[in-house]
Amino acid sequence: MNLSVRLGELELKNPIMPASGCFGFGKEFSQFYNLNNLGAIVIKAATGEARFGNPTPRVAETPSGMLNAIGLQNPGVDQIFEQELPFLESFDTPVIANVAGSTEDEYLSVSEKLSNSKTVKALELNISCPNVKEGGIQFGTDPELAYQLTRRVKNVIDKPLFVKLSPNVTDIVGIAKAIEEAGADGLSMINTLTGMKIDLKTHQPIIANETGGLSGPAIKPIAIRMIHHVRKETRLPIIGMGGIVSAEDVLEFLLAGADAVAIGTANFQNPYICQEIIDTLPDVLESYGYQSLDQVREVAMQ
Amino acid sequence: MVHGDVLVKSNRLIALDTYEMVLAGDLVQHIQLPGQFVHVKIGEGSTHMLRRPFSIADYNPETNEFVLVYKLIGEGTTWLSQLRMGDSLDVLGPLGNGFQIQGIQKQRILVVGGGVGVPPLYNLVKQLSAHNQVTAILGYQSIDSVFYEEEFNKWADVHIATDDGSYGSKGFVTDVINQLNLSVDQYFSCGPLGMLRSVQNNMEGYEGFLSVEERMGCGVGACFACVCPAKNEKGYVKICQDGPVFDAREVTL
Repeated sequence: MNLSVRLGELELKNPIMPASGCFGFGKEFSQFYNLNNLGAIVIKAATGEARFGNPTPRVAETPSGMLNAIGLQNPGVDQIFEQELPFLESFDTPVIANVAGSTEDEYLSVSEKLSNSKTVKALELNISCPNVKEGGIQFGTDPELAYQLTRRVKNVIDKPLFVKLSPNVTDIVGIAKAIEEAGADGLSMINTLTGMKIDLKTHQPIIANETGGLSGPAIKPIAIRMIHHVRKETRLPIIGMGGIVSAEDVLEFLLAGADAVAIGTANFQNPYICQEIIDTLPDVLESYGYQSLDQVREVAMQ
Repeated sequence: MVHGDVLVKSNRLIALDTYEMVLAGDLVQHIQLPGQFVHVKIGEGSTHMLRRPFSIADYNPETNEFVLVYKLIGEGTTWLSQLRMGDSLDVLGPLGNGFQIQGIQKQRILVVGGGVGVPPLYNLVKQLSAHNQVTAILGYQSIDSVFYEEEFNKWADVHIATDDGSYGSKGFVTDVINQLNLSVDQYFSCGPLGMLRSVQNNMEGYEGFLSVEERMGCGVGACFACVCPAKNEKGYVKICQDGPVFDAREVTL
């Protein structure tokens, strides 16, 4: 079965990609399988300067999920450009670079720099990180700020721009529409939900940052619901994510209205998960009576 | 590093809430040094999304067996404790960098372990004892928590400390270090963060290596969950990928 998909200008061999932050810059996972097999690679968020991130512990398991509060640790955009992107250049897989920042200026300069890389085929604007004190999510919870930032970033880059939405809002459709109006080329949804876990023995939150972003199968129904609602109101390509662990989950996201999917937390439980889902997806689609991804999309549009 | 199922050969209670599990599998052939760890999948399906890291306590390439010693602290370790002989376990490993022991000879070695930090020191002591004089100071909460005393006795001069004084000397492992007043060429340590900090301070100026523990995500260096501030160019190390064993002068605990 031909699994190739088109997300606007972006052509992918298949709809499966690792989600930002769960895959570093690809090197570590290249020991498990050939990165050429992936539909795309979404690399870890870049900021203007190097960031150390939050104190540890930064992760905690929760039922069918996990909390994380890494805090956008990364070596800074220049180091990523010089030290991390050259490795990914050798693969025939589009790289989507995730962009974060504390201020609008930071978002703009990081986007511009990454957009100049020939390895980077699209940008993902991270306006939904729940784990940093400044910036990030404030741009993702206010439709007006989301509109302004998307528009300005779009003006300084010449690559497709996906905007990653936060589920920590009352009206995700309103944000999605504002971003579409601002000229974005696609949506990534959803980022993590803010959560907390308390240690019964110490009475303290386990995550040093107190709150963390909840991910994993626990949030899948929320992602499905949000994609389903947003799909009805926008024609933008959607990269769906939130708790995918199987090819059946991928089908569910496609039926909700996603065009491609990203896999995050499941990479930690099974480092081969992206490859395994790519391998099993054709059989799973066929078992539900689909001969192609287009057929799934047609059903999803009804 | 390999990923796959290993076979449970035995899984038994050896001290209060403390289990020793013997496993068999080909990953043993890939273990290079004591102090490396394995990342263990818990349960079936999607209930537990995070693997649990455990240091390898002992391994034998001839029998293809390795040993994990773990303490019951939550759902993951409770599930592990219920495995029986013949069950299989999904394991990723060996991971990380162990204790660099090549070429260490005719040295006076001090090994300091606390609680579940004791296990990774066991194979280390076994290997070092062949060509070195090893003193091991092992700390536990109380007499009920003491394990592997006899095993360590075969290879080292062992001193036990318990928090409540119910066995060995009362107090911290650092109290024992001070009482013994040993001449030491190199030291190795693993245990809770507070203990590691005390040992690091106490042994300042000596060449030493610490095995550092932290909650992990991927276990292979991709997710940045288990970092530790360090005196290097980047300002940090990844415990899973750069460690878990570090030069004591490198990491800021």
